[in-house]
Amino acid sequence: MTLAEIVERLSLKVYAGGGRLDRPLAGAYAGDLLSDVIARGPKDGLWITIQIHPNIVAVALLKDMAAILLANGREPAADTLRRAEDERLPILGSPLSVYELAGRLYALGLHE
Amino acid sequence: MYPRRIVERARQEGLDMIAVTDHNAADNAGAVIRAAAGTGLTVFPGMEISSEEDVHILGIFETMEAIDPVLKVVARNLAGAGAKTDFIRDQVLVDEQDEVTGFHSQFLAGSVLMSVFEIVELIRDRGGLAIASHVDRESFSLISQLGFVPPDLRLDALEASVRILPAALLPTALPLVAFSDAHCAGEIGRRSTGFLLAEPQLSEIRLALAGAEGRRILDA
Repeated sequence: MTLAEIVERLSLKVYAGGGRLDRPLAGAYAGDLLSDVIARGPKDGLWITIQIHPNIVAVALLKDMAAILLANGREPAADTLRRAEDERLPILGSPLSVYELAGRLYALGLHE
Repeated sequence: MYPRRIVERARQEGLDMIAVTDHNAADNAGAVIRAAAGTGLTVFPGMEISSEEDVHILGIFETMEAIDPVLKVVARNLAGAGAKTDFIRDQVLVDEQDEVTGFHSQFLAGSVLMSVFEIVELIRDRGGLAIASHVDRESFSLISQLGFVPPDLRLDALEASVRILPAALLPTALPLVAFSDAHCAGEIGRRSTGFLLAEPQLSEIRLALAGAEGRRILDA
């Protein structure tokens, strides 16, 4: 499953990195403690969070994750957006909660 | 929160300076300052402000006049309106005679809806020291919440509850200090930082943190 398919199926907003949506996803992880995501974030995975601080871009790159999905309608901070565009890292968004998003992604077949 | 007990304990522990840093409030700091008058103990008003990322940042100021505008911004941006306060301990307001004069009406244990960057800038704009609290803890710390120290954050220091930190955890040139993080009088003085200063003033501590003009951190 690619990012583009998930964007379409879940009607996600694309804040940054729109040119990199062809990347296939290997799984997903949800978490707001960046120390935890540094420890457990899956390579090529989709990271669901409500954190919008610029450090999320660095953590996603550090773990080679495919994209960040912001829940609860959270919008990336201006600095976060700029860094994500610089690094061509997709940042997606949804008004749904982390729980709802995780459930829907699981139902779409994203199981890890 | 008993100002006279705090002053007494700090004196017993041989401290020259303390900062009173309640969570997201500074209403009681003035009572501790007054209780310390004439004792030789210097008391700085402060706050431990919780950011929207759940990062705790200490703001320490020279006077109540300096902290007042910061207190107002924090109060205006506190999250948790309508939280059930019967689950938390009484948020008392006290005077310098240890008498309870009232109760704080806002839920102080939550976060302020401002980013850690905005909070550090707010503290510095008003002349305060901005120090990230207990960075070695697994919760409510800059490291736990944000993974690493953001390079553009204008902090004056990092505070750690243990003496030695893994170097890899802190790829930063910021000075390290240790404070008691006392939540009751008995914990006052359990950790402290020695400074070489000309006077017990916040401006002198700022110089010591920067290692400037002969002032320095003696031990943390």
